Amino acid sequence: MVNTQPCVSGSTIPLLPHEEYERRQRRAQSSHPELWCVLDAVKDPEIPVISIWELGVLQNIEREGETVVVTITPTYSGCPAMDVIREEIATALTTAGYGQHRVLTQLSPAWSSTWMDDDARARLQAYGIAAPVAGDVRSDPACPHCGSVEVRSISEFGSTACKALFQCLDCREPFDYFKSF
Amino acid sequence: MDNDLTQATADYAVRLGDDALILGHRLSEWCSRGPFMEEDLALTNVALDYIGRARMFLGYAAQLRGGECTEDTLAYQRDCREFTNLLINELPRGDFAFTMVRQYLLDEHSLLFLDQLGRSSDSELAAIAGKAIKESRYHQRRSREWMLRLGDGTEESQRRLQNALDDLWGYTPELFLMDELETALYELGIAVDRAALQAPWQAAVHSVFSETAVTVPSGGWEVVGGRTGYHTEHLGHLLSDLQFVQRAYPGCQW
Ligand SMILES: [Zn+2]
Repeated sequence: MVNTQPCVSGSTIPLLPHEEYERRQRRAQSSHPELWCVLDAVKDPEIPVISIWELGVLQNIEREGETVVVTITPTYSGCPAMDVIREEIATALTTAGYGQHRVLTQLSPAWSSTWMDDDARARLQAYGIAAPVAGDVRSDPACPHCGSVEVRSISEFGSTACKALFQCLDCREPFDYFKSF
Repeated sequence: MDNDLTQATADYAVRLGDDALILGHRLSEWCSRGPFMEEDLALTNVALDYIGRARMFLGYAAQLRGGECTEDTLAYQRDCREFTNLLINELPRGDFAFTMVRQYLLDEHSLLFLDQLGRSSDSELAAIAGKAIKESRYHQRRSREWMLRLGDGTEESQRRLQNALDDLWGYTPELFLMDELETALYELGIAVDRAALQAPWQAAVHSVFSETAVTVPSGGWEVVGGRTGYHTEHLGHLLSDLQFVQRAYPGCQW
């Protein structure tokens, strides 16, 4: 279940992080929803089943006269996918007829894997990548192939900075884990 | 911000960017040379985090300096004496133990330093720190584990761990050294008081040392100079590699 209420301190109900609530509000209240739809086509180049909106990288879209101003935030500071994402945003906007655009990078609030919603997490699992375990960075994920919780960590770092490598002790398959960050 | 303060903040950002760039380069040298594949991936991923950190700090410095200055001119068009990284970052990567001990000592320092920088009155520096500290938590978790594994390992791994620590120890005091620039910026709420980090850092690293067989070096020697551009002979060799393409083909882009 996705809550759309901001954090209330002292509450025990899992709620959206405040900055994620605000990000969703920016989209919900945007006066140009069609631009957000255009950028829904831009996927994470390394995880093509998740869009940059779902990943939490897309922070805002505004218009300054004829210019479309897109604000993104990097997942990891050295993430090489960011350059590709910037190019793909430009291509998507140009193709949709928005010739003038600018992509800004914003560092704060620092990106968090907790911004991903349940739907995106389910698609990540179906793609064979274990979704981030909420809360503790030390908790182990369940195997995305068979669901077993008997897993072992192979490496803290996987094929990209955002992933770690695990192996399932039941079905024996290795798998990527999208780290809680 | 008045102009003097802007330039001082830019100099500070260059220092932090240089630290990250030089250490990131040293880590990247392990690419395809890691002891096994997972470790190769880990070392290069950490390197990438540092290169990203360097880009954020140097990019911000370039923005403050204005004119023709960019993150690339800072990285590729300065010579040794203009680099202001702390010396510990430029030491050759050595063996795997040396790389991991250095990383561990620096990771513990980063956690303390970035936590403070995250409170800087300069919102851009604070934002970079907020981003970087999340990565350093992962780095420290791994480097700490390697300290324990090497310490619990064989006679050889213990010997290498001890040698690395002995060789690195005299470069650690520079991590806590304040100078005129950083003191002035600290008083304005921009920079971190490095001196105040020494006690909590000592406590953190000593608690890990006590879980391993290493003997804490007695100290008695220290080498400083990076912040004023006085480097070891290793930095020039590093730069000849890092800056090779721009030196051979000035202004080249791809
Ligand atoms: Zn399994």
